[in-house]
Amino acid sequence: MHPAPSVIVFTVLSGLGLGFLAYLGLGFLRPSGVYAFLIYGLAYGFAVAGLLASTLHLGNPQRALRAFTQWRTSWLSREAWTSVATLLVMAPAALLAIFAGFPSATFGFPGALLALATVFCTSMIYAQLKTVPRWNHWTTPALFLLFALTGGAILSAQAGLAAALCVLLGLLLIFSYRLGDGRFAERGSTMETATGLGRIGKVRLYEPPHTGTNYLMREMIHLVARKHSARLRVISVLFAAVLPAVTLLILPLSVATVALALAFHLIGAFAARWLFFAEAEHVVGLYYGAR
Amino acid sequence: MTQLPATPSKKKLGLVIDLDICVGCHACVTSCKGWNTENYGAPLSDMDAYGADPSGTFLNRIHSFEVQPAEGPSQTIHFPKSCLHCEDAPCVTVCPTGASYKRAEDGIVLVNEDACIGCGLCAWACPYGARELDQAAGVMKKCTLCVDRIYNQNLPEEDRLPACVRTCPAGARHFGDLGDPDSDVSRLVAEREGMDLMPELGTKPVNKYLPPKPKDRPAAEPLSPIADLQATGLAGWLDRLLEKL
Repeated sequence: MHPAPSVIVFTVLSGLGLGFLAYLGLGFLRPSGVYAFLIYGLAYGFAVAGLLASTLHLGNPQRALRAFTQWRTSWLSREAWTSVATLLVMAPAALLAIFAGFPSATFGFPGALLALATVFCTSMIYAQLKTVPRWNHWTTPALFLLFALTGGAILSAQAGLAAALCVLLGLLLIFSYRLGDGRFAERGSTMETATGLGRIGKVRLYEPPHTGTNYLMREMIHLVARKHSARLRVISVLFAAVLPAVTLLILPLSVATVALALAFHLIGAFAARWLFFAEAEHVVGLYYGAR
Repeated sequence: MTQLPATPSKKKLGLVIDLDICVGCHACVTSCKGWNTENYGAPLSDMDAYGADPSGTFLNRIHSFEVQPAEGPSQTIHFPKSCLHCEDAPCVTVCPTGASYKRAEDGIVLVNEDACIGCGLCAWACPYGARELDQAAGVMKKCTLCVDRIYNQNLPEEDRLPACVRTCPAGARHFGDLGDPDSDVSRLVAEREGMDLMPELGTKPVNKYLPPKPKDRPAAEPLSPIADLQATGLAGWLDRLLEKL
């Protein structure tokens, strides 16, 4: 799949922001006054920036409100609801922290739940697709949620918890890379099943429908990635999990330490998310003799 | 609504494509592009049409495959591909706006372009590459089964067919109700063991493909003489004379 920058930025930043909001809602961090303004501003900033980035890849973003109508069947529509609900429900919690100086479980707990539900809905947009076997697995929601929880824990300066989550994240990343490599073959779709010609023999593409490219090929067949994938996998585990954990455990806890750990984590998260898209193979590639 | 119809429609309009007959002339591709650019919804745009990197929106494309049996020479098979109007259409349920829908009355899968935000998720959900986001209009385009032809009372009756079917010079494309077991297309599918594409994904396509028939004689070896001509009469006399020279 084409690793579109807008979707990578959207999923990484909104996941981080929503994860942070979840910790704020649960009261792991209890800022007040101007400090609360900055902290909530940061969480909202990440979440909103990410959600806005998601509209950049739309063909007709002026109709985005219509995306709220199909929550019965569509994970994308559910995500629209939960994201707006999270931002609305957490707003009173933020205002109370800023102006009254105390945390609000009344708004914070449901807000935290909604924040994680939003991350889950985002992940299900990908995990539901049978056409992309690498995504169509429980590791997809697990990874998205664990990224949100780890990023949130780092931002909330929960050194011990963040380090523990980093270990889990690293293991899950390695597990999902390993497992993901075999998912396409497991699904059983081949050029033979795609064309139904397997009953005659082995199928290969003799001539594509056109000499140029098309929307499907640009969107769903991505070939450049695989050369670098091994290196990027190491980078993603190192930066998203190992380095932040080491930073938080070794250095004395301060704003600078958290910032450094977050910077490492984000580099790793972007690498992992880029791989998430670039390595995912869509079955339509079979009609083009490519994956 | 992006919920699939609660009870699957009895009428299942669709195409039957005969891979034994298709010669890969791309006439259906051209007629499809022509009709659907001038009629239903946004035109099918081309980008950089006369430049170095042309590309465009098509609702029907023909791939050509080479199939190599365990023994004997390979076969070339031309393979037209468009929306299969699946009964369990994954492109419909993923749509966040309700723009993508399956008609309860005849099973045609359509896009309401006025409601489409162009997120592209339906194209991701389709295994067959049947949906393309038009780069000029920013809305999703797909085969409508020429819904503006098949019910069109202003057209002569013989033209009330999808443009691709009407155009096919070889007669490789058939249109009809696959929900009716006695229809011509259903009988054709039964006789010829019509098949689904990627059945393992559970989409239950309505469109069927008729597999190429087994060859009744082995194909000639490459570069073998195509006929053993024995000249007779005057030509024969000349032939013998020239050989002696």
